[in-house]
Amino acid sequence: MAEHVILSPEDIRRSLSRIAHEIVENNPTLNDLVLVGMRTRGVPLATRLAQRIAEFEGRGVPVGALDIGLYRDDISYLDLKPELKPTEIPTDIAGKRVVLVDDVLFTGRSIRAALDALIDFGRPQHIQLAVLVDRGHRELPIRADYVGKNIPTARQEDVQVFLEETDGRDAVVVLSTES
Amino acid sequence: MNDSLGIRGGRILDPGCGVDLVGDVLIREGRVAAIGPDVATEAEHIVDASGLIVCPGLVDIHCHLREPGFEHKETMETGTRAAARGGFTTVCSMANTEPAIDSRAGVEYILRTAAAQGAVRVLPIGCISRGRQGKELAEMGDLAGAGAVGFSDDGSPVADAALMRHALEYSTAFGLPVIEHCEDLSVSHEGVMHEGWVSNRLGLRGIPAAAEEAAIARNIGLAELTGAHLHVAHVSTRESVELIRRAKARGVQVTAEVAPHHLALTDEAVMLAATESPGGLAYDTNAKVNPPLRPRPDVDACIEGLADGTIDAIATDHAPHAIEDKLCEFDFAAFGISGFETALALCLSLVHEGKLDLSTVIYKLTAGPVRALGLERFVPGLGSLAEGAPGDVLVFDPEAEWVVEPERFVSKGKNTPLAGRTLKGRVVATVCGGRAVFMEEGVAVSHGR
Amino acid sequence: MVDQSTRGKTAEEVRPPESVELPSWERRHVLDLDDFSRPEVEQVIETADAMKEVLGREIRRVPTLRGTIVATLFYETSTRTRSSFELAAKALGADVVTVAAAASSVQKGESLVDSARTLQAIGANILVMRHRQSGAPYLVAGHVDMSVVNAGDGWHAHPTQALLDAYTIQHHLGDLRGKKVVIVGDILHSRVARSNIWGLTTMGAQAVLCGPPTLLPWGLRPGYRGNEDRALPPVEVDTNFDRAIEGADVVMALRLQLERQQAGLLPSLREYVQLYQVNEERLTRAKPNVLVMHPGPINEGLEISPEVAHGARSVIEEQVTNGVAVRMALLYLLAKGR
Repeated sequence: MAEHVILSPEDIRRSLSRIAHEIVENNPTLNDLVLVGMRTRGVPLATRLAQRIAEFEGRGVPVGALDIGLYRDDISYLDLKPELKPTEIPTDIAGKRVVLVDDVLFTGRSIRAALDALIDFGRPQHIQLAVLVDRGHRELPIRADYVGKNIPTARQEDVQVFLEETDGRDAVVVLSTES
Repeated sequence: MNDSLGIRGGRILDPGCGVDLVGDVLIREGRVAAIGPDVATEAEHIVDASGLIVCPGLVDIHCHLREPGFEHKETMETGTRAAARGGFTTVCSMANTEPAIDSRAGVEYILRTAAAQGAVRVLPIGCISRGRQGKELAEMGDLAGAGAVGFSDDGSPVADAALMRHALEYSTAFGLPVIEHCEDLSVSHEGVMHEGWVSNRLGLRGIPAAAEEAAIARNIGLAELTGAHLHVAHVSTRESVELIRRAKARGVQVTAEVAPHHLALTDEAVMLAATESPGGLAYDTNAKVNPPLRPRPDVDACIEGLADGTIDAIATDHAPHAIEDKLCEFDFAAFGISGFETALALCLSLVHEGKLDLSTVIYKLTAGPVRALGLERFVPGLGSLAEGAPGDVLVFDPEAEWVVEPERFVSKGKNTPLAGRTLKGRVVATVCGGRAVFMEEGVAVSHGR
Repeated sequence: MVDQSTRGKTAEEVRPPESVELPSWERRHVLDLDDFSRPEVEQVIETADAMKEVLGREIRRVPTLRGTIVATLFYETSTRTRSSFELAAKALGADVVTVAAAASSVQKGESLVDSARTLQAIGANILVMRHRQSGAPYLVAGHVDMSVVNAGDGWHAHPTQALLDAYTIQHHLGDLRGKKVVIVGDILHSRVARSNIWGLTTMGAQAVLCGPPTLLPWGLRPGYRGNEDRALPPVEVDTNFDRAIEGADVVMALRLQLERQQAGLLPSLREYVQLYQVNEERLTRAKPNVLVMHPGPINEGLEISPEVAHGARSVIEEQVTNGVAVRMALLYLLAKGR
């Protein structure tokens, strides 16, 4: 497995800053904004975005964690252990503007599951999507509103995001099977 | 020579007569004519027994042939053919048929059907009580006159002690044994296996050892009181053996038998089958039997009882059932093991394990049962190879290994806990009255000169 | 319903829990807890946490088991366990087929195996069954391709009850290791007690069985005839409840069936109450924060006094709620894990 670093810690920091500003730009009334990170790595990303927003707007934005394990349609295709963590969303999302946050946007199936989950939770006014990396190969008509970086990849490549909070370092790498 | 059969070159073992030599058995006109080296060279038909054991045809004093009334479980024909396959040439059939054998007509039916369709000799046992209801005595005189060799309500005990006392007393007029299934029903009440660690583990209602022991103590007391001959059927516990041992020492006229499954299997057989079970617990209904399989100390005590003569005989208690009687919840399954076709090998396993010697095992399957019930009065020489004895011979290979496949049983009853097990010891040929009633595949009777 | 646990917390405080290495689920049936390893029990408990969150929402439904058919075959009437399983299946989006044996072809003499096979033939993937006879689900499991969940068989096992009991205890007292759990009542005839023995000892708790001698499983004691060479589970057995309850972390009362007195096993219910009832006075000997549990339904005033049954230390109602979450967890793991 060859590891090719696409985003350095500095790149990630700048992307998140930009996304944070874009979010505020598109959602001027921060009152009804909620950031919901998708487990696992979407959650620290959402947390960092909320921190950024707090720094330059002077007020906090609620952050939630969403587990889509109960909504996936693709468990049988993946060699996944069926681990589940509870979903924790600290406010009522009915009528709110929700920004879903995830690390990598790929086929779009995870986002579809997340939409189902959010709507079961309550009826948000608006749902937007922020991702650190969009690697293409969509299988459903889903697009991100905020993208850190577009990285065209081959299907068999693997894009892996590492974060300080979960992996001890910040990096986005592409893993390919060729050496 | 007319109608003669020679079984040549085997190790002839007749422990009842103290015979153990290598040679021939010559059978003429259905009776043993001679045994010794090369005595059968002139026989018309020859069975080559070199390297094999030759002994008297086995005698089973306790089996259930199910006819009349339960022909879906077994018939006299299938039952006796299964017996032959197991090496038995004489069987005593229990009376718990439908109708029960409590009258002359019943005994005559058994004898008639056996003569017409039976592969081996059948000696009928009559009921103790009318209809096996445990309330009134059956007409023992009539039963004896018709040919019954003993009395038993087996399947059930005689619950009322007063009736048992009268039965024992009355039987003395005919000199026939009262064969009792010893069980105190109020103690064993609705139990389905031995009460102990395994029954607790499986959440099944248990039959305590005390249910058997209390009944045996009662019956020994009554036998002592009346001077009658009590034969204890299917002994299974340590204390039961001890009670009988002490009664014999006192001079009480009591005899006893034990079944092969109580010598070789423990109550764990209910929990663990030969093959993988879902959840690791087999709840094997094929191991459901009454008296139930017991833990190791009881099994060892029964083996000890055979060795020191406390227990006189090994009897199969062959109890065939139809599939639907066993393929159900454990509580609802019928009690019983189809035992004819595995009995010899199970008993030989004790020899292979060094727990009993071959001579003792053969004795307990031939002369032992005959003497226990006094059957030589009915068939002189039964269970032996003495001159003039019936031409009933078993030829077997004590070392041959085979896998138990119930679907290949001749008996209609495929209910055995031994399915899939490898056993050592195999019947090669069974001869009854000079006729081969079973031959292993590939074995043939050849023509002599 | 809003999840209260993170309300008012800052972003830093809502962190993803550490990812735990759990075994992938290999089990095809849930027949008893006797062969569950500690990690397996923990996996069920973790999964139940996620399910409990779903049950806390306004829309208590997820589409996870859509297309799965769960059949319930109950030969014993039971409102609470059966409805618990049905709700669990429906909350996961599964279809439920309910067979109440009394009203079905079983009455016409259809055998258990045939009834199970019929349900398989109409498409059931998971069979939840309760039966009066011990061993019945094992018989069925050996003859079908479906997953079999034992909702109680005779005296033998009630694994989902033991799992929800473990879940409830852990929720209040944390790690079960070393916790003293006293099970009091008719242990001999109790499948709840038996499965709890396995669950509690696997999780390292100290299990004490207490009841009148005629209702204790003597087959579990070392001195019992025939037990000479047995490996027995590490439980204590005591007939004196006042002594057994000393320092208990949990008291689990079992339902006493009134027929036991008629069967001659007890002299009177009055005496049972005097010697074995869980009441306020006895609870003072236990730990101050002792939990009082009962699998239900309760004979109020018999095995538990009414004050205790409805008092602050009782978690009996919570057991019922947790039961749905735990059963959801099991259905999920059985359907998705293999």
